Formats: sequence, structure tokens, C-alpha cells
Amino acid sequence: MTESQKIEVRSQKLEAGDSMPPPSTPFQEFWKIFKRNRMALYGLIILLIFFILALTGVIVTSGEEPLLNPNTVRLPDKLKSPLSKPTIDSVPKEGLPYLGLYLLGTDELGRDVLARMLQGAIVSLSVGFIAVGISIILGVLIGGIAGYYGENMIKVGKYNIMTVDTLIVALIDIQLSFPAFFLILTVIALLPPSIWNIMIVIGITGWVGPARFVRADMLSLREQEFILAAKAIGSPDKRIIFRHLLPNSMAPVLVSATLGIASAILTESALSFLGFGVPPPNATWGNILSDGKKYLFDAPWLTYIPGITILITVLAFNLFGEGLRDTLNPKLQN
Amino acid sequence: MFVFAIKSLYKKLITLFFVSIISFLVIHLAPGEPSQINPLNPRFTKEDLERYRAAFDLDKPLHIQYVLFFKKLFTGTLKSFKDNQAVIGKITERSYNSLLLFIVGTILTWLLAFPVGIHAAFKRGFRFDRWTTFLSYALISLPSFFLAYVLIIFVVEVFNIPVLGMRTFGREGVGFPFAHMDKLWHLVLPSILEATAGIAILSRYVRSQMLEVMGQDYIRTAKAKGLTEDEVNYNHALRNALLPFVTMFGMLLPGLIGGSVIIESIFAWPGIGRMGYEAILARDFPIIITLNFFSAVLVLAGTFVSDLIYMFVDPRIKL
Repeated sequence: MTESQKIEVRSQKLEAGDSMPPPSTPFQEFWKIFKRNRMALYGLIILLIFFILALTGVIVTSGEEPLLNPNTVRLPDKLKSPLSKPTIDSVPKEGLPYLGLYLLGTDELGRDVLARMLQGAIVSLSVGFIAVGISIILGVLIGGIAGYYGENMIKVGKYNIMTVDTLIVALIDIQLSFPAFFLILTVIALLPPSIWNIMIVIGITGWVGPARFVRADMLSLREQEFILAAKAIGSPDKRIIFRHLLPNSMAPVLVSATLGIASAILTESALSFLGFGVPPPNATWGNILSDGKKYLFDAPWLTYIPGITILITVLAFNLFGEGLRDTLNPKLQN
Repeated sequence: MFVFAIKSLYKKLITLFFVSIISFLVIHLAPGEPSQINPLNPRFTKEDLERYRAAFDLDKPLHIQYVLFFKKLFTGTLKSFKDNQAVIGKITERSYNSLLLFIVGTILTWLLAFPVGIHAAFKRGFRFDRWTTFLSYALISLPSFFLAYVLIIFVVEVFNIPVLGMRTFGREGVGFPFAHMDKLWHLVLPSILEATAGIAILSRYVRSQMLEVMGQDYIRTAKAKGLTEDEVNYNHALRNALLPFVTMFGMLLPGLIGGSVIIESIFAWPGIGRMGYEAILARDFPIIITLNFFSAVLVLAGTFVSDLIYMFVDPRIKL
């Protein structure tokens, strides 16, 4: 069918009216474009698998008598390579692995690496999600204020000091001048060790990205006709911001959130590696990796298994995020 | 133009002032007042308190503490808690080692990232492009310490060569050329590792920059004139695409500290990043604060330099 024929058919359909396909929802539109990006699709699938694994991990490793106990110490079976069978004579019966073999080997205390990886999955993922949640909330708030109320003056007494926007841009400059990882490391090392501190510090230092996106988007959206119309019919600021501006500036935030989770997981593992990670009772992928470094040559699987898991997860987040960016950016569609 | 430079410098100095305040306040993050000795904490002795007093003048009000601290830093009387050497001297000494690593890493990054990125842009959608895209995502997603260990396992098992430190043990007496060869070999792995993430990011950036330029009207004009593909690609497209990267020379400076903490710790490379890590472990506050401050200085100096370069390179900018 040539192009002109296509147009003809389409116009006939338009006249017919009833033969039009039902209008697709924004999500259907999104999905249609997104699934064309093969790598991003694989990324999403891998992510879904990891979420399911993490949830299964919670179920099988917690409770009074978990199927896979990550804390069982079996000294006779320490540093067993993956797929090896337990030495049945010397390990007490209740300590035997559920599967009858150590699928991913054991560590220096004879703990099952599979159980520890499963237990750590939810911790590693939630560090990523909560840290990024914090930076998104902070970033959207600060960026939104700069974008919408940026022209307002900050007054001390009766003197105009500077505009809100100037202040926030200065704050962004200050935050960007610090070496991110070294700053996080410093703060984490000085605070008492806790998983919450890690999430909060990674979150607080990551606000700049989303703040800049929201600010830039709001500045351009603010000038558009539909905002003028909303103002003309007397919508309050709250409604304009939450109904009109924020939903329209969410796309880049979503992308930076996805990529942010990837980098938060990497940061957590790097902190664990340097000895400032999530404190012991919680296993995380970073912890397992950093414990394994002492047995680099005797038990390389303690390095490879968590390392490759982190690689795959972070890669999936990155590919998905980039796919999201391409899909949500109308300029890139042709 | 001169006015623009002055303005930019002025803004950077104000930012630096606030950075110095924040990096100074870091010591007050540690739980509890450092001035109160906790009798239950065996690691905090009376001598520690004396050192704190000497370094930070804890009995004075906060703003005086701040002024005194930076006065001490710049006059060279600020001493490291660990070995009582002047902080500035220690940092300069260690910077030299980091600089070596950093220069080799940067050269590697730029030498590889540009050809890969440019070629990927020319071959958009082909196998080369798809593979380098995937590979660069993989490199970004790889924890650098994991890659470091994989490489260490590989090099040690296959070649059976020592890789840690700056020189091989027991080779102190060898002649000048051999000592340098030894040092060069010890540089290889850490500098490759410092370069990997950079190569991945920069090559992606080069590629998208190239693609953007190749979509411009003047490229179509050049093609319509009947120029050969190479002439269009290299004379018209590449030159314009390279413009933003000239400014990146300025942005390079901060990488000196930030990127090197982990790699230098793994390879026992006596550089500035490892010094920072050791300082954090030992709670050597003068060093920690100075390093945070120092790297902010590098960032600001870097952005200032790139502002200046941009002014000279891009005639369209008249500020």
C-alpha cells in the first residue's frame, strides 16, 4: 500500500467514524514504543525476576525455621565450592541445606551463600529504593520551589537579599562541588553504623539531579498557555502545581530515579566494601562481596557470585532507565 | 569577556566559602561533643582531647573555630592527628602519586573513548554500535572493586606477577631504568581500572554528541555540495561535535580525589584517595576536612577553567 492510499483509507475510516480503533491510553502508547527497545525490555524482565527473587528470599529465609537459614554456621563445611554436597557425617541434621547441596557454595563460616544472597537481595534493593525515594522527594520539592516561586525575593528586614532561584542554584553549586562518594564516606564513617543512615545519606546527597530537572521543566512549562488558562480561571497555586506542572515534569524525574537506584546500589556495595556498609546481622550483596575478598584465591565464588549479581541488577536498572528516557522523550521519536 | 571571567570567579569564590563552612562542620557530625571524654570509650583518651583542642579550639565559639582552623591550614600549622605532620605537606606529597595514576588513566580514557564513540556514531544501529552500547552499560554497572579483583585474580594466576603497591618488594637497589619499568608495570592495572568507567561514559557522550551534530542542516548542505563522506564526517561534523569536550579538560581535575578512593585502597597505591580513606578510618579530622575542601577547590577551579576555555573556543558565546 502506498502512502497516498494509506491516507485515503485513513480518511475513509475517519468519515466512517465507528470503525476507528479505540483510543489507546497513555500507558498503551508508552508500552508500544518501549517494547521496541529490546535491551530495555530485557532490563525490565530481569528486574521483575529480581523483585520476585527478593520477595521469595524474604519468605524462605525469615521466620522461626526458615527453609534456607542464612545464619546456620557449619564449620566442617566452610568454603565449599558451588554445587558441592555437604559432608553428611559431620554436619548436624538440622544444619543440612534444604536442597541437599550448596547451590552457590558456602562462606568462611560454612553459611549457605544462596541463603545469604537471597536474604541480602531485599536489603540491597530497598537501600536503592529508599535512598532514591528520599532524593526524589527532596529534589522535586526544592526544584519545584525554584521553578515556580523562583522569582520571589528573600527579604531580611526590608532588604532584598536575593531571589529564591538564586539561593537554590547556589545550593546546587555547593552540593556539586563536593566529591560525592568521599562526602558520603566521611558522613557514614562519622555517624553510628546503621542501615537507615546509609539510605538517608545516599538519599540526601542525591537531590541535585531531580531538582535540576524539575526546575528546568517548571521554568519552561510555567510560560505555556495551559498554565495561563488555569490561572485565568482562577485555579489556586496548589492545583496548578500538583495537577498541571508536576505531572508534566515527571518524565525526566522517573528516568533519573531509575538510574539513581542503580547508582545507589553501587554506592552501597562500595561502602560495604570499604567496611562502612550495612552492619552485620543484615547480609547485603556488598557485605558478602567484601567478606569474600579475604578468600579471593581460595574461594573466588565468594567474589564472583555477589559481584555478578550486582552487575546484572545494576545493568538491568541502567538499561531500563535508558529505555525509559528514550520512550518518554518525544524528541527522540521518529 | 573580562567582566564575565570576573563574575564567574566571584561566584565560585562565594560557593567555595560555603563549601569551606560545610566541610568544617563535618567534625560536629560525630555523635557527642568531642570535648567531653566518654569514660566508657577506651579509644578516646585525654591526649585525643588535647589534639582536638589544639586543632579546632573547641572552647571558642563556632565562628572563631572556623576562622582559626583555616588560618592554621593555610599557614601550615595544622597537623595531622596521626603523625603530626603538616596537612598541606602531606597532601602535596600524596597528590604527586595520584597525579601519576590520574594522568595515565585520563590519557587511556580519552584515547579510547573518542575513536569508539565516533565510530559508533558513524555506524549507528550496526553491530559495532550495539555492542559498544551494551559494553559501556556493562562497564558503568560493574562495581569497580569487583572488576579490580577479577583482574587481580587473572593477572596473578596467569602471569604470576605482583600487582599491589607502587614497586615490587626487594627491588630497591636496582638501576634507574628497571625501577621505572617496575613502577610503570604497577601503574597498568590501577590506571586501567580508573579509566574503565570514564571510557564507558565518555564514549556514550561522544556518540550522542556526534549524532546530534550529524543531524544538523549544515551537514546536509555539506553532503549536498558533493563532498566525500570522510570530508563531511571529519571536517564538518567532528569539529563541531568536539567543542563541548574541550571544556571537559577543566572538569577532569576533580577526578583526582573522588574516583580514586577504592582503586587506590585495593592496589595499596599511596595516593590521595587512599590517604582520605585511611584518615577516615583513623578519624584524622584535619585531613578529612582538608580533603573535602581541597576537592571542592579542584571542582570549582575546573569549572572556572572550562568556562574560560569555552569563551576562547566558541566565538558564538559573547557574555
